[in-house]
This record gives sequence, structure tokens and C-alpha cells, in this order.
Amino acid sequence: MRRVLNLACRLVLALFAAGLVLYFSGYSPLAAYKAMIWGAVSSWDGIAQTLVQATPLIFTGLAVALANNCGVFNIGAEGQLYLGAMAAAVLAAYLPPLPHLLHVIIALCGGALFGGLWALIAAWLKIKADANEVIITIMLNSIGTLLCAYLANYTFKAPGPVPQTPTIHSSAALSRLGQGAQFSSALFVGLFFVLVVWFLLYHTKLGYDLKVVGSNPRAAAAAGINVPQMIGLTLLLSGALAGLGGAGQILGLHGRYIDGFSPGYGFDGVAVAILGGNSPLGVLFSALLFGLMRAGGMILDRTTNVPVDFVIIIQAAIILFVSAPELLKTLKINWKKGGVKHARTVADK
Amino acid sequence: MLEQWLTSDAAYIIIGLISSMLRMATPLGLAAFGAVYSERAGVVNLGLEGLMLVGAFFGVLGSFLTGNPWTGVVFSLIAGGVMALILAIFTLKFKANHVVSGVALNLLGQGITAVLLVAIWGNRGKSPDVAGIYPIYIPGLSDIPVIGEIFFRQSPFFYMMIAIMIISWFVFYRTKWGLRLRAIGENPAAVDSLGIQVFVYKYLAVVLGGMFAGLGGACLSLGELSMFSRNMVSGRGYIAVAATILGNWNPVGVVLASLLFGLTSAIEMNLQLYGWPTQFVQMLPYIVTILVLGGFVRKVSPPKAVGKHFDRSDTYV
Repeated sequence: MRRVLNLACRLVLALFAAGLVLYFSGYSPLAAYKAMIWGAVSSWDGIAQTLVQATPLIFTGLAVALANNCGVFNIGAEGQLYLGAMAAAVLAAYLPPLPHLLHVIIALCGGALFGGLWALIAAWLKIKADANEVIITIMLNSIGTLLCAYLANYTFKAPGPVPQTPTIHSSAALSRLGQGAQFSSALFVGLFFVLVVWFLLYHTKLGYDLKVVGSNPRAAAAAGINVPQMIGLTLLLSGALAGLGGAGQILGLHGRYIDGFSPGYGFDGVAVAILGGNSPLGVLFSALLFGLMRAGGMILDRTTNVPVDFVIIIQAAIILFVSAPELLKTLKINWKKGGVKHARTVADK
Repeated sequence: MLEQWLTSDAAYIIIGLISSMLRMATPLGLAAFGAVYSERAGVVNLGLEGLMLVGAFFGVLGSFLTGNPWTGVVFSLIAGGVMALILAIFTLKFKANHVVSGVALNLLGQGITAVLLVAIWGNRGKSPDVAGIYPIYIPGLSDIPVIGEIFFRQSPFFYMMIAIMIISWFVFYRTKWGLRLRAIGENPAAVDSLGIQVFVYKYLAVVLGGMFAGLGGACLSLGELSMFSRNMVSGRGYIAVAATILGNWNPVGVVLASLLFGLTSAIEMNLQLYGWPTQFVQMLPYIVTILVLGGFVRKVSPPKAVGKHFDRSDTYV
């Protein structure tokens, strides 16, 4: 309970800080927040848009969170998402039309595979040369984005001025739900994987070992866990989740690969995982929250003169305020007098 | 013979290529100083992209408000410093993860500049044109054939980069301050035990680094386009991170690395003119960095305590 209170307190502080930025830019933060939240929840359209925006964040959030549980920082979800999206788009458009479910599964698996393999490069370098996975995955982001840009501009380019691949076969499309609504069954694929990751982390030996490696790699090695293998496997799975997210966007929303389709879902995944405390259910919750803010931000953009980019500021503030362990202590926010201090001494013992 | 060559097409292309290499390297080098200072003091700075963006934006704002581009430069220094101060406070005081804070800084820069662009100029894409900072021809030297053309007709930002490189090298390797700074990045507890104010150094280095990165942003906006356009840094912050690694956290090294990456950008521009694919050339800085970190090219050694939290109370328990 105190953890939730603590998180809520940080969230409020972050919203306040982002509001301050808005205030100094000459807007009314209260009116903006009201328009955002009301816009996102007051109509079916807003709710559908929230789910559309949340879908890719569930995948990238899960990807980052899973790796974090193993003590590996996968900041390369963006590149993995692009690779997965491209693989899915090519499989969905260039294979002959197959039975519906089969084609969808093949395209999704292709997306997961390529996303996973892209992340595996980082794992290989980390294990082989002790290279810092943060830098490697950042560099792989740029390389992956450029590689996909090349493929969309030349190799798989559909005729026309726009760098994009041909439209996918309808047999590979994830069905849209509701009339006119943009959100697709990619959302349910995402929910399914929330359960899968939850089960993996909390109900399997593999998940237990993974967390042991995350909390203490030396102890894990002493206990007979093959640490490099575990890191490789984790990054493979993490990349696969991000790749699935990209595939979901293509098969469910865009219907083809469009160059530069992601506005930074991979980096948003970092924010989602942090706010969600790296747990799958937490990720689901925070992806929905970010989806709501995005959807609300788009409405804000249309109805007022506050640009949708305001949401990025909120996101940055949330990352900063949630990931700073000693923030509340320094600001003298405490639920019980001496509570934090007490907790620390207990932890030290 | 030489004069004949100088008027040939090949000479024209080569001189043009080298000259634009220096031009493209300047913002990278300036921003990379940002990471060098910060990481030498033990604070990972992955927020260069965001720092450059605010530098670019406030540079244009300063020039817009006063009509003097050099006021813009001062604005960009302040903006970069303030943004970096956020990084410093969160990583040093609140013990936040350095990498995560860097990601946040990039998002913050992107969001703030986009919101302010609309708030101030009511435009979602770009600012109006402002007074920019143009290349200067150094009297006498700029008339030297080839060399003058390449080195002495550059933007003032290029000369600033060279000056900062020389001063930084001197400070790092020839002064007490620099020795302490480097030692803090390797072993803060040891420096602390000598009674040196470790955190003062850390804050100073991060903020100073932020100012350099902001200057790198101003180099793009004031020095190149004389305006700000949305997300104009477009990944150069990450190339600067790559340059920091390839340059082995050494002021001279990062300038050389920036020059190499400036060359790839210059080649890329030429390819674009002929309508050839540029993506693979654009990948080169990142691929080189991966090869370096993978131990395939040369050995680099980051400061040992970089990214680690230092707490005085832990030292004496």
C-alpha cells in the first residue's frame, strides 16, 4: 500500500512539474489537464484512441521491464520494434494469401524473431566483450532505423512517392474492432503477452533464475545459473516483445510498413516500464495511463493551442520523478515520521 | 603542376568535402565535450540530444529577442547549463539512474522546444529566420590556397571548438583541477578522502558539459540555418555519444572522432546530390562504435566509476 502511495505522490509531483512548464509557456495547466483527461474518457472515440495509443506501449514496456528484471538495460526497443515491423510487413505482403490465422501468426512470429535477433547482437557483444548494452542498444536503434529506412525506400518500396511497403494481404491483417474504431486485436495480443510474461516471471523456474541474475549475478553464478546464457535469452525475449509490438502496429493499424512510423515507442517503453515498477501488470497499467495521456494530448492539440508534445514533457517528468529513489526523502515527504530512515536501517541489516 | 591541379574538378570536390567535413564535425565535437566533462566526473550523459535541442532553440530565441546572434549564444549556454543541472540534481542528489535520466533529458528537450515553438511563434514546424552567425574569413590566412579555403573560412563555432579542445586538454592533463576531475571519475572515494569537495566538481563538470552541448546546438541553429526547426538535432546527439566513446573521453580524441563522423556526413550529403542511398553511410558512426565496444578495433577505457552513485556516508561505514 505504501508503495502505491509513494508512486502516486511521485506521479502528482511529476504532473505538477510538467504543469509548471506549461504555466511558464503561457498556458493554463489546469485547463490543459482537464481537457486531456476529459477528452480521453468522455467519449467512445477517446477511449478507443486511448487503447490504440496504449497498444504499442504495452509491448515495448514489457520488453524493457523483462530485461530490467534480469538486470539488463534494453534501451534499444525502438530499433527492435522497427525490425519486427519490417519483417511482419514483408511477410504479410509478399507471402501468398494464406488462411487468416496462419498468416497472422507467421507474420507475428517473423516480427518477434527479427526483433529478438536484433537484441541478441547486444547480448552477444555484452557476453563476448563485456560491452555496455546501453550504448550498444542505442547504436543498434540508429542502425536498425536506418536499415528499415533503406528497405522501405528501395528494396520493398511500393510504387508511389511515399517510402512504404506494399499493402499487406487481408489474410494477415489483425482485425479491427468496432465500427470506425482504429484499435485492433493487436491489443489482445498485448494483453496475452502481459499474462505470458507475468507467468514466466512469477511461476516458472526460468523466471525465478532470471530475477536472481538481475538482483545478484555473482550469487546466481555461484548457484549454478549460466549467467551469460540467461542474459542472452532475456535479451532475445525482450527484443521479441518489442518486435511483436512493431508487428502489431503494422498488421493492426497501418496495414503496411511506413518509414518512420514510430514516434519513439521504444523510448516510451522505458518510461512505461519504470512507472510500472518493471512488473507486467504494472506495465499494463502504466501503458494505459500513457495511452490516455497521448489520446488526451491529441484532443488537446485539436481543441486548444497546446501542442500534443506537452505529453512528452509529462513523460520526461514522470521518468525523472519515479526513478529518483531519494527524491521524497530529500523533499521531506514521509508517511511516518522517520519512516524512510527506519526502512533503510532494516534493509541494511 | 599544383596550380593546374587546384583548378581541376577533383580538387574542387576534395576541398569541398574537407571543408564540409569540418563544418559537420563542429556541432558533434562541441556536444561530445559535454559528455567528456560529465563522464570524466562520473556522470553518464546520454542526454546530449536533448541538451543540443534546447541549446539550438534558446540560441535562436536570444537572437530573435535582441537581434544579436551572440546574445543567442549566451542564451544557448545558459539553457544547456540549466538542463544539465537537472541531470546533475537528479543523478547526484536524488540518486536516479544515470541512463534513465539521460533518456528523460532527451524527451524533455524534445517536448519543451516543441511546446515553446508554438507558445512563442505559433508555429509547429519552425521559428522565423533570425540573425545567424556566419563563417568568418580570417584576414591574410584565408587567402592561402587550399589551406586557407579549408581552415580559415569556417564558422566561429569551429574556432570555438578548437579553442575548447586545446583548453580542455590543458585543464585535464596539466592542472590540479583536471587531475582531480579525472580522479573523481575513476575513484571518488579516494578523492573524497583527501578532503576535496567531490560533489562540487561533479556539479561543475556536468553543468559545464551541458553548456558545451548547448553551444553545439546553437552551432546547428544559429550557425547553419539561422532558425530553429522542430527536432532539428535529429540524432546528432547520439553520434556525439559515439564520438565520445571512439575518442576515448579525451578532448583531442573526441574532436578527431567528430571529424571522422563529419566526413561520413559530408559524403552522405554528396551521395544525396546524386540520388544515391545514404542510409549505409549514415550508419557508419554507429557501426564503428559497436566495433570499438566489441573490442574489434581499439581499446577504449571509460572512467571506472562512471554511472555509479557516490555517497559519502557509504565511504566511512
